[in-house]
Amino acid sequence: MALAAEEGSHRSLRLMVIGTLAGLFSGLFGVGGGSVMVPLLMLWLGYRERAATATSLAAIVFIAAFAASVQGLYGNVRVLDGLLVGVPAVGGVLIGTWLQQRMRSRSIALLFAAVLVVSAVELVVR
Amino acid sequence: MTGAILVGLAAGVVAGLLGVGGGVLFVPGLVIFMGLSQHQAEATSLLAIVPVAIVGTLRQDRYGNVVRADALLLGLLSLAGAGAGVALANALSGAVLRDAFAALMVIVAVQLVRRTLAQGPSQEPEGGGPAASQR
Repeated sequence: MALAAEEGSHRSLRLMVIGTLAGLFSGLFGVGGGSVMVPLLMLWLGYRERAATATSLAAIVFIAAFAASVQGLYGNVRVLDGLLVGVPAVGGVLIGTWLQQRMRSRSIALLFAAVLVVSAVELVVR
Repeated sequence: MTGAILVGLAAGVVAGLLGVGGGVLFVPGLVIFMGLSQHQAEATSLLAIVPVAIVGTLRQDRYGNVVRADALLLGLLSLAGAGAGVALANALSGAVLRDAFAALMVIVAVQLVRRTLAQGPSQEPEGGGPAASQR
């Protein structure tokens, strides 16, 4: 009983640390924070990858909505652009996951990694 | 307007195909193709992530993959960090934030390459047959 309670508080503490780190990361970079949460959920709480990804996705709904609201207070959110990007992206993700189950994405992944690096350079030098 | 839709669609396809988060694609897309500042792009990306994450969560929840109690706790416990992260972003100059983001993109690229190489040919759809075990 006491052991279970201790384990429970341990778990909550870990969730709090993971959430705080993910929130910081998300707010600082404008991303969801999944790349922080997924590995930590697996490492600290014994999650399988699928559950870690799904659970972090659900947490991202809260994180991104809240961080976007705070950014809104700073006057940085372009609401129309956000919707014009975000809503079609839903369709894009569905297409992407559909494709992923039907083709080998190995060379695409490598190609895309190169695109990421080129874009990073473009960001810095532009 | 068409630009934003294309950025969203393309970023979505890549995110779904490669399992990369949408945000790391939205931000450079918004800066490079839509001419937003780094701060605007990050803020707008956060908004764009919301519908993607909602639909993704609903789908995953149908498969029973979402640990709801943990997700709720994680979400609520992350809010202070998220607020602090946004405040930090706004305390930094656009140039510093941009360089940090560029570094993040390179890290994501490196991880993607490592993951891809580690997966090897077994990435093929299941039942790859004898060919799958040859390499």
